[in-house]
Amino acid sequence: MTITKFKENLVITGELTLMFRDFLVASVTKPFYWGRLFEQIIHLGIGSLSITVVIGFVTGLLMTLQFGYGLATFGGTLYVPGIVSVSLLRELAPIFTSLLIAGRIGSGISAEIGAMNVTQQVDAIRALGTSPMRVLVVPRMLAAIISLPLLATLSAFMGIIGGIIIAYLEFNMPMGFYVNKVLAFLHFSDVFGSMLKCSFFAVIISLLACYKGFKTTEGTKGVGEATTWVVVRASITILISDFFLSKILLLLFA
Amino acid sequence: METILEVKNLAKSFDEKEVHRDVSFSLARGETLGLLGHSGTGKSVLLRSLIGLEHIDRGQIIYRNRRIDDLTETELFPVRTKISYSFQSGALFDSVSVFENIAYPLFEHTKLSEAEVARKVRELLRIVNLEDAEDLMPSDLSGGMQKRVGLARSMALDPDILLYDEPTAGLDPMNIEKVVDLINRCRERGFSGILVTHDIPVARRVCDRLVIINEGQVHFDGSVAEFNSSDDDFVKTFLLNERAV
Ligand SMILES: Nc1ncnc2c1ncn2[C@@H]1O[C@H](COP(=O)(O)OP(=O)(O)O)[C@@H](O)[C@H]1O
Ligand SMILES: [Mg+2]
Repeated sequence: MTITKFKENLVITGELTLMFRDFLVASVTKPFYWGRLFEQIIHLGIGSLSITVVIGFVTGLLMTLQFGYGLATFGGTLYVPGIVSVSLLRELAPIFTSLLIAGRIGSGISAEIGAMNVTQQVDAIRALGTSPMRVLVVPRMLAAIISLPLLATLSAFMGIIGGIIIAYLEFNMPMGFYVNKVLAFLHFSDVFGSMLKCSFFAVIISLLACYKGFKTTEGTKGVGEATTWVVVRASITILISDFFLSKILLLLFA
Repeated sequence: METILEVKNLAKSFDEKEVHRDVSFSLARGETLGLLGHSGTGKSVLLRSLIGLEHIDRGQIIYRNRRIDDLTETELFPVRTKISYSFQSGALFDSVSVFENIAYPLFEHTKLSEAEVARKVRELLRIVNLEDAEDLMPSDLSGGMQKRVGLARSMALDPDILLYDEPTAGLDPMNIEKVVDLINRCRERGFSGILVTHDIPVARRVCDRLVIINEGQVHFDGSVAEFNSSDDDFVKTFLLNERAV
């Protein structure tokens, strides 16, 4: 049982690797569909904007509130801006945004490509002398890789704004002071590292989603199972790889 | 007559399941060939193999004196603009309009301007009797209309060979007439074609020759007249079926 599961996962990993290689090749060679890429950026990126903003803002509010009261007992309220902004930018925003996107976009892509596969539209793309990799995969993966880091950064930014507001209302901390503290604590490498992580997560989400979409062969039930598979796999992979990526980034920049 | 497509000793299995053991036949230029066989004998698999949508295990597929069965996916793209496949289900892109479905191959493979593409799409829609469907979405169409849009899309690039997968299955008599008419007009315009069908009367009306597949092999290969007068028990089951319908 476990042996067959292991073998199965080995095969999946191999196929994912090959697919990623094909994606890289197709991304830098012609024909390249700019129109489809913009379409997907609008669809994936702009479509997730409002929910990312809300999540970032609320996370910032809550973190500031909790740390504010928690650290007040030790007289550490001054450290709140730094702690909140660093943890938001380095960890919480990338993770929350990526998990959210895994649910929203990952399931969306696998359902969409899965339905196209079941109804032979993917075969039709091939039969008309074009490549599903270029027509379907490249625009979606690139859109995810471009959008996710920007969304996560925006989310962190909104969190910091939320923090400024709560710190002012609850702890009477002047807004200018908060901003100065944040700027003193954050480095460009934090933004860069966070975006790098998010690009990696975007690859995981969109690659798994496209892969599973093409593997979907049986009707609506298959499509439903595929989306669950993608969200669960992507979320676990994101959480585990985040630990190692954070470790590497700390080694590189700290 | 000049042979445009030839299948030699084709074999194809899925995992343990053998679909084709040894299939050979050829298609002459300008000819329309009927491909018959009971359901599940691998007619769709055979058509799909011809344009490389399925990889064959053994044998050769020769198009215009050139082997195409060993081409890579990318090398097959130009071949697929010359041998077009219309799917049993239509397989229309359901997120875009009828117009965009038919325009897709034109935008991909020709340098026509938008106006020229639009003119060509309207011409194709006229051929399949769907002049007014241009702006509709595939989901707005009946099954018969979807198949005809699929046919229009597969004819967009003026291919050498049209592969029709059960174009009349599931259609009402009026739509069957339209499709038969359409195939006959393609025939008159000199297209070669392979028609998979269950419908013997349709096959009689549009095919020059019939090939019957059974148990992974060609069981019968001959003219419609030879088919009608065949003594073979298996061939006769097709004639009996017809009477039953
Ligand atoms: N992708 C596939 N994987 C496994 N088996 C398949 C696949 N495609 C077709 N088959 C099998 O091949 C056989 C022939 O199918 P098909 O060509 O669709 O028959 P038909 O003659 O009715 O068109 C069927 O038994 C089908 O189950
Ligand atoms: Mg079939």
